[in-house]
Amino acid sequence: MTPAISVAGLSRRYRGQLALDDVSFDLEPGSITGLLGRNGAGKTTLMRVVAGHEFASAGTVTVLGARPVENEQVLRQMVFVREDQTYPDFRVRQVVQAASWFYPNWSHQLAGALLDEFNLPLDRKVRKLSRGMRSAVGNVIGLAARAEVTLFDEPYAGLDPVSRQLFYDRLLADYAEHPRTVLLSTHLIDEAAGLFERVLVIDRGRIVLNTAADNLRGAATSVTGPAIAVAEFTAGRPVWVRRRIASQESAVVAGAMDETDRARAAALHLHLEPLTLQQLVVHVAGTPVGSLEERTSA
Amino acid sequence: MQEMAGLDEGAPLFVQIAERLADEIADGGLVEGEQVPSTNELAAYYRINPATAAKGINMLTDDGLLEKRRGIGMFVAAGARDRLLAERRRRFAERYVEPLVAEASRLGIGADELAAMIRESSYVRGGAL
Repeated sequence: MTPAISVAGLSRRYRGQLALDDVSFDLEPGSITGLLGRNGAGKTTLMRVVAGHEFASAGTVTVLGARPVENEQVLRQMVFVREDQTYPDFRVRQVVQAASWFYPNWSHQLAGALLDEFNLPLDRKVRKLSRGMRSAVGNVIGLAARAEVTLFDEPYAGLDPVSRQLFYDRLLADYAEHPRTVLLSTHLIDEAAGLFERVLVIDRGRIVLNTAADNLRGAATSVTGPAIAVAEFTAGRPVWVRRRIASQESAVVAGAMDETDRARAAALHLHLEPLTLQQLVVHVAGTPVGSLEERTSA
Repeated sequence: MQEMAGLDEGAPLFVQIAERLADEIADGGLVEGEQVPSTNELAAYYRINPATAAKGINMLTDDGLLEKRRGIGMFVAAGARDRLLAERRRRFAERYVEPLVAEASRLGIGADELAAMIRESSYVRGGAL
């Protein structure tokens, strides 16, 4: 199967600054992937190059089997919703109308329902909208386009939790009926964690983790309790980090816990808590690339 | 954390979906021959990726607990409940009885005293046993 997005050896340099450094990955059609990383890690640059808004300094990007730059056939099958999206001096109604002309799979019905649910004023100029409402306009376009390749870059700046939940629910529901390839970057990792089938973590322009989201569940556990018991329990296990106060210790241990482990922890009066995806990404982003494979496969 | 209808971080989501459905079958919430929710319904309810929900369903299909009726959906297979209950009894001994006995012996509680405590607890709970 042709990957929906294929990136090989991609680098992007800005005046000596390497924003993307030898990035390679394939995304299969019909999946939702989370693109995670710190500010300035390269998420937006990567999305911009994939969307054909920017050239690669080295390497190749293909979308639906073809180069995206100035390729109308590809661009009509791809929607890119950016955090800082600006629109010409149009009303909401006109912006949505223009989008409906561009995208061949556009759903008027879905667009109408979403405009209603996000409470967007159709006759107001987009530049007069609040930040959250502008994000909502982007969400409506990104979902109603039903584009084969859908890129969301921090799609909910300024949106309140209720609207974000609405976005997640509508994305899942429409995706279930009309599968497509979604790449979504976010800092609100735990909030969005259930959406992801795959996770890409980018750090300082490099992909440091590319794995099925389910591989990360239970991939690490925090062990808390009396320091002596923690030491006994963690002996012989890979420990990522230890923190200690007085006689209490908290250690993050790689690897899944089984029934025997849990029983042993209970007997030692230790508290076990699996790391959330967000906590895992914090541990994974900003560490040497070589050690990551062992970390996640451990 | 987004509310995912009680799913947690400890295990892969598809495993948790399979466990939830298996529990429902064992508890009689889903009876044999009954249709189980579709992948998309599960995805919407738990707020998870539909592919993840499908993996959970497939786990139960591979175990023969669910069966597919082409063009209609997934149904609870005949004998599914009995098999799940047998498995649960085995796990009950492992998970609860063994640790109970271990802790009792650490505290110097003998078998008769332990049995009396269980009867007492059952009595307090209105004769649950």
